[in-house]
Amino acid sequence: MKTTRREFIKTSGAVTAGGIILPPFLPSFGAQQITENVKNYLDHFEVTAEILHQVMAAAMSKGGDYADLFFEHKKSNSLALEDNKVNRALSNVGFGVGIRVLKGDQTGFAYSESVSLDALLNAARMAANIATRGNGFQSERIIEKIPANYYAISEKWDDVSVEQKVPYVQKINDKIFSLDEKVIKVNAFLTDETSYVLFYNSEGRLTYDYRPLVNFGAFCIMQKGDQIENAYSSRSFRVGFEWLTDELVDELAQEAVDRANILFEATRPKAGEMPVVMGAGGSGILLHEAIGHTFEADFNRKGTSIFSDKMGKKVAESFVNIIDDGTLVNNRGSINVDDEGNDVQKTYLVKDGVLNSYLHDRISALYYGVEPTGNGRRESFRSIPIPRMRATYMEPGPHSREEIISGVDYGVYVDNFSNGEVKIGAGDFTFFVKSGYLIEKGKFTRPIKDINIIGNGPQALADISMVANDYLIDNGSWSCGKDGQTVPVTCGLPTVLVKKLTVGGSV
Amino acid sequence: MTKEEKYNIARWVINHALKNGAQQVSVTISNSRSSSVEVREEKIDTLEQAIQNNLTIRLFVDNRYSTHSTNRLNQEELVRFIDEAIVATRYLSEDPFRLLPDPELYYKGGGPDLKTVDSGFDGHNPQQKIELAFLTEKEVLGKDERIISVTSSYFDGLSERVMVASNGFEGDSANSYYGLNAQVSVKGGDARPSSYWGETDIFFEKLKKTGIGSKALDLALKKIGQKKAASGKMQMIVENRLVSNLFSPLMSALNGSAIYQKNSFLIDQLEKKIFSEKLTVTDDPFIPSGRGSRHFDSEGMATRKRPVFENGVVKNYYIDTYYGKKLGMNPTSGSNTNLVFNTGENNLDELIALVQKGILVTGFNGGNCNGTTGDFSYGIEGFLIEKGNIVQPVSEMNITGNMKVLWSGVDALGNDVYKNSSWLTPSILFSNVDFSGV
Repeated sequence: MKTTRREFIKTSGAVTAGGIILPPFLPSFGAQQITENVKNYLDHFEVTAEILHQVMAAAMSKGGDYADLFFEHKKSNSLALEDNKVNRALSNVGFGVGIRVLKGDQTGFAYSESVSLDALLNAARMAANIATRGNGFQSERIIEKIPANYYAISEKWDDVSVEQKVPYVQKINDKIFSLDEKVIKVNAFLTDETSYVLFYNSEGRLTYDYRPLVNFGAFCIMQKGDQIENAYSSRSFRVGFEWLTDELVDELAQEAVDRANILFEATRPKAGEMPVVMGAGGSGILLHEAIGHTFEADFNRKGTSIFSDKMGKKVAESFVNIIDDGTLVNNRGSINVDDEGNDVQKTYLVKDGVLNSYLHDRISALYYGVEPTGNGRRESFRSIPIPRMRATYMEPGPHSREEIISGVDYGVYVDNFSNGEVKIGAGDFTFFVKSGYLIEKGKFTRPIKDINIIGNGPQALADISMVANDYLIDNGSWSCGKDGQTVPVTCGLPTVLVKKLTVGGSV
Repeated sequence: MTKEEKYNIARWVINHALKNGAQQVSVTISNSRSSSVEVREEKIDTLEQAIQNNLTIRLFVDNRYSTHSTNRLNQEELVRFIDEAIVATRYLSEDPFRLLPDPELYYKGGGPDLKTVDSGFDGHNPQQKIELAFLTEKEVLGKDERIISVTSSYFDGLSERVMVASNGFEGDSANSYYGLNAQVSVKGGDARPSSYWGETDIFFEKLKKTGIGSKALDLALKKIGQKKAASGKMQMIVENRLVSNLFSPLMSALNGSAIYQKNSFLIDQLEKKIFSEKLTVTDDPFIPSGRGSRHFDSEGMATRKRPVFENGVVKNYYIDTYYGKKLGMNPTSGSNTNLVFNTGENNLDELIALVQKGILVTGFNGGNCNGTTGDFSYGIEGFLIEKGNIVQPVSEMNITGNMKVLWSGVDALGNDVYKNSSWLTPSILFSNVDFSGV
């Protein structure tokens, strides 16, 4: 696209309005260069530009190469329903500043839950200890980095009362009971979370983010004779209160009931190796476990991932394209700016079957000499940022769902999962299947449930022999854990055939 | 924050909430300090220090109930926080079962010192702590050409809490911990197996400080050449430190909330024998320096030594005040303390010698258990045993079954209790487990 003069002016105008620059040869401009946005965030955290500079100087006082301050204020509220009544509320407030100092790839880290200057300086001096020789760092620049806007909302959770939220939690309960006489218990919940983030680093970059997140769902228990089964449905997005609708309630209620109903007829397959058809959607857990974690660059930098020496090599069929994306609109895994102040990208892990990129944070990007991919994330101000996934999915391929299923002589179809795990070095990954179907001679013959499936990452990736054109992101409330830190993510997959995985079952 | 400061804030919060509409209130205030150092390639990789505060308030307002927590403890913030919480609680449905515990059940003090905290926590030299991490790394470096990466860590922490309830409970407790661990990755064919070993203790002096790196290296090297064994029904030994993975679904099934919600496979099983004769487990809160030792639970109720399973008979449900009222049962406690397993005569090697054909499980990989039915399926790794000898490292396999069946088939218990946990588990030999592999 050509840039016309008009567009150029518009773009340029937007940049000036955002106040991106503070030319170093105009130091006297310093204090005046603060925009309204920046001022709001500074006020929110009860600090000033002057305090940021003082704390930064303390963080760099022992000769660190780099330092950053991560201010975070997170408020979460939950409503819980049991015995047909919304009879419990929970809330949590977390407020503080994480201060990180880097010396090469070494990290010093401390945090403060108080924003008094003394407390901040104390934490900065603790983090500074990773380095040993001072070099008189002077912090005086503020270069505002305007974050992207992947989750615009209209009704902030901060402004919504418990009274407004209660009816939705009640409705999902009532709807589930109305759908099936076998329902004996329902637990429903609505959790909303609002985070304010202010980031400032020793290069002068200052950025901020407002992160809404909601998680809504229900757990239902059904009984038929002596048999009791349970199922769960949920949706999670970075959206506002406007997202809650009666249609959503109906969809979630129906999904929970349908998922529980399948289980009454379900059995376990025969144990052993067999073809596995991964249904579109939540099957993205395959990518998350088999590939995603092993592509996180910290593991590769340390040589501990099974993919450590595979960059640029062909690892899958040429129709396989795997992406980790932080830019999907309103997605649970999206972030406007990562927790190291970097732009977020759509990153191709595997492009046309070739290993294309690891997932980087600042330390690993420097090590590999590449641009950060915007994967530096942290659970909260209490943790250091490390490479993490966002929304991990595969692009559609050349096959159809029908053609994939009809080609399987004996195998399983799986589309409802609860959890997964991976051993980074061995490459062995697993995911737990809540329900699916047995495939015999190309047809679904009976439902299956409660089995673990295990495979090896590089082998499974090479064994993806068919990819359908029915790509779907799963918007359940996925959370990913690593090094004791939990972050929200999502995943997605078109219908895919993996030639061989080891399926749990009866011998 | 001193203990007295915590008590003062807690009392003030309770008064404020009672004056502004709550009929019952309980408050827990905790603070903790922790530090850790991770070393790699003979330099410090990460140095972390933390000081954390938290206040949790449980509000009972006009027969309605909510819980709230915050780390912003200045008075002005707290007033706003509590006032908003009380308003929010009033929009909920009434729940007549929500009440503080019967004051008769509270811990009244006077119990012996459980030795859960190192009084010299601040006295240890930080340089010595960092040195311990380096020494652990040194145990591994250069010891084998297949080593790819070694990471070792030292960490410690101290947490202190006070709890005050408006119907007459005040109590405090504290815990300290020190730990040292190593993670070693080695090259073996295409795979890069890694292993971890760690030790922890409540007292710095008692922390095991040597042998951790070499143990992690040994475990990693033994994994080289892992492959899938054939599917089949075999005996299974689960190593002591991993038994908790298979035991925790039983504990979940004993929980009052799970029983009430029909999300348990142990409903109506109290006093019935459904597990192996060999399964005897006691909940003992009073073990000196036990990792789970305590005089009162999270509601302030006095803890008691209780049988959990006795020769396979279910002896206890974990019932808190709320589910006690809902189920019409006396509250026991909503959570466990130390779990003491009965042990057998054999060490791990002797257990292995008992196995004709089976697998020694030394690691779990994912999997889950259906809480309603007890059906489970887990990924595992370990070693194939034939005629009493280890013959091959295995991985990428699943075990699948039902918890009631699994725990009915206990063939033998080890004498090798795992001490780095509040669950004092021996290695256990199970019969007839379904393994899926090739």
